[in-house]
Amino acid sequence: MIPLKINSFNHMKIHEYQAKELFATYGIPVDKSIVCRSVEDAVKAYTQLDSQKVIVKAQVHTGGRGKAGGVKLANDEIELRRHAAAILGMDIKGFTVDRILVGQAVNIDKEYYVSYVIDRSTKSTILMLSKEGGMDIEEVARTTPERIHKFVIDPSIGVPDFLAREAAFKLFDDIGLVRQAAVIFQKLYTLFVETDASLAEINPLVMTKEGTIMAIDAKMTFDDNALYRHPKIAALNEPTEEEKKEQSAKSKGFSYVHLGGEIGCMVNGAGLAMATMDMIKLYGGNPANFLDIGGSSNPTKVIEAMKLLLSDRNVRVVLINIFGGITRCDDVARGLLEAFHQIKTEVPIVIRLTGTNEKEGRALLQGTHFHVAETMGEATRKAVELTNQHQD
Amino acid sequence: MSILIDKKSRLIVQGITGRDGGFHASKMKAYGTNVVGGTSPGKAGEQVDGIPVFNTVRDAVKETEADTSVIFVPAPFAKDAMMEAADAGIRLIVCITEGVATLDVVEAYSYILRKGARLIGPNCPGLISPGKSLVGIMPSMIFREGSTGVISRSGTLTYEVVYNLTEHGMGQSTAVGVGGDPVVGLYYRELLEMFENDPETDSIALIGEIGGDAEERAAEYIRDHVTKPVAVFIAGQQAPPGKQMGHAGAIISSGSGTAAEKIAAFEAVGVPVAKEPGQIPALLKMLH
Repeated sequence: MIPLKINSFNHMKIHEYQAKELFATYGIPVDKSIVCRSVEDAVKAYTQLDSQKVIVKAQVHTGGRGKAGGVKLANDEIELRRHAAAILGMDIKGFTVDRILVGQAVNIDKEYYVSYVIDRSTKSTILMLSKEGGMDIEEVARTTPERIHKFVIDPSIGVPDFLAREAAFKLFDDIGLVRQAAVIFQKLYTLFVETDASLAEINPLVMTKEGTIMAIDAKMTFDDNALYRHPKIAALNEPTEEEKKEQSAKSKGFSYVHLGGEIGCMVNGAGLAMATMDMIKLYGGNPANFLDIGGSSNPTKVIEAMKLLLSDRNVRVVLINIFGGITRCDDVARGLLEAFHQIKTEVPIVIRLTGTNEKEGRALLQGTHFHVAETMGEATRKAVELTNQHQD
Repeated sequence: MSILIDKKSRLIVQGITGRDGGFHASKMKAYGTNVVGGTSPGKAGEQVDGIPVFNTVRDAVKETEADTSVIFVPAPFAKDAMMEAADAGIRLIVCITEGVATLDVVEAYSYILRKGARLIGPNCPGLISPGKSLVGIMPSMIFREGSTGVISRSGTLTYEVVYNLTEHGMGQSTAVGVGGDPVVGLYYRELLEMFENDPETDSIALIGEIGGDAEERAAEYIRDHVTKPVAVFIAGQQAPPGKQMGHAGAIISSGSGTAAEKIAAFEAVGVPVAKEPGQIPALLKMLH
């Protein structure tokens, strides 16, 4: 059995109402709902929906909104006003709710789980299904993995009728329901592939008391590497302040993640950058960030990266760890000298240069204000020591 | 011996007239790799550093009997390049290109499998059998001929480990960078099997990182099938959950794929895990 892993964090998120709009475009039945930005909007939606009972749901880029009080059932207009007013402006895990989705309450008979997700181990898209709808699926996978059905999709044939039917029979016995569900599975796959999604999830897919199958929740995330060919989806991006900083770094050719410690790191290569953070911790310090400046280390890039690093006021010491491969260490050293000629900072800087022409590279840095180290261990120890000296 | 590539490997460079393709074609040739050709549609008849350029991979294979290809084309064209190589009968396809859409890789990988070929990457530094052949962008000067097999998801971190191995007199049979994306070709299990069966490899260094569960499955595979000494380093112990750390594949989600879980999986099967990359040579020597 393939262990269940849903990676949805490194991919662009959209809101439930946006995913439902995509569902509707692809002919996947969804409950009737209207997105609202104010209590007045919600009241107007209530009249348009023409349903006594409505459900009010916070639209935020995080899970667990139900537990946080962001999903409420309203039996009349007064309740609707109360819930809309309470949910709009609510803080859910650091996200402020500025939109709610008001939808017709559906007569639910049973709830199911359906998703397409990319699976690393089979290197394929897989269709996952469960009769345990409406629950945290990762929890279901941990406790009762036999209740999750998985189908590996061959990209050359996609989801043919037989496969969609076979999958639907895992959830339903009645052939009428099987047919309804099979079409939904096929349409969801088409949507998944045509939009380069990394996750398309319906939790729950419901069977109503009237015998109709529909999606009453919708979650989609998209592969960042494919957004260039989906401008309409890319336009839905709503990055947080932190993500904006990370995206701006990415556009300059490096990746940055803020961590909150005192030792700012600048490293070439993601793996080495992670290893450098780990070493700082191992030697008793706290990394301020993850910063990978990529393979090359030209002065312009170093200057941009240093500006980003030093904009973090917590940074007391900077540790630069560069492995000179194709880019030789003497070139890296010249680049650093040029960069720091332009950046004036009081923050002590530890540089560790290794690889091709390392001796020449280190020689160029001797006699400057840099602290030069040979090994990762030596550099880290020095950085931690300097942090402690500058703590007053 | 070495694995996957040796002196007999006949390499073509897809995207040889591009900046990176041309630069690394020359580097590989200078190292002694048997670079027999390159491709760039519409540029047949040209030469790059004395290497003949062909319009299609099929033409290149017909003329040169190439069996290996390395891809440097931009991300939107990488899927097509991988499939073209497989269709023309290339046996080992190494895709260096970074930022390839995941579903493109899924599709290309499935096609490559059907053609009976092998894929390394994308978003990888390639591989090297020191003294024999270099396919990719690894800095050849830090490698030495020897008997340690190296498998890694990372680039510069691999060089760090290799540099330490070489400094300690431990050369390498073959070093493979499998790539940092969520979906890539050959991975730990297949490569561990190849190193286990390679008579010239007597120990293995495995460099993993957070994200996915390939390290956990590698630990199980080592327990059941690998008799040679293996030492491991896992990067990303300090990575916060839910954040992408440079590599698209390096992400921890909902308590799965953490460094702690991976380290525990290796330690449970008796494989030592280095606290810092510099400890790998000492761990391997201890196991001998």
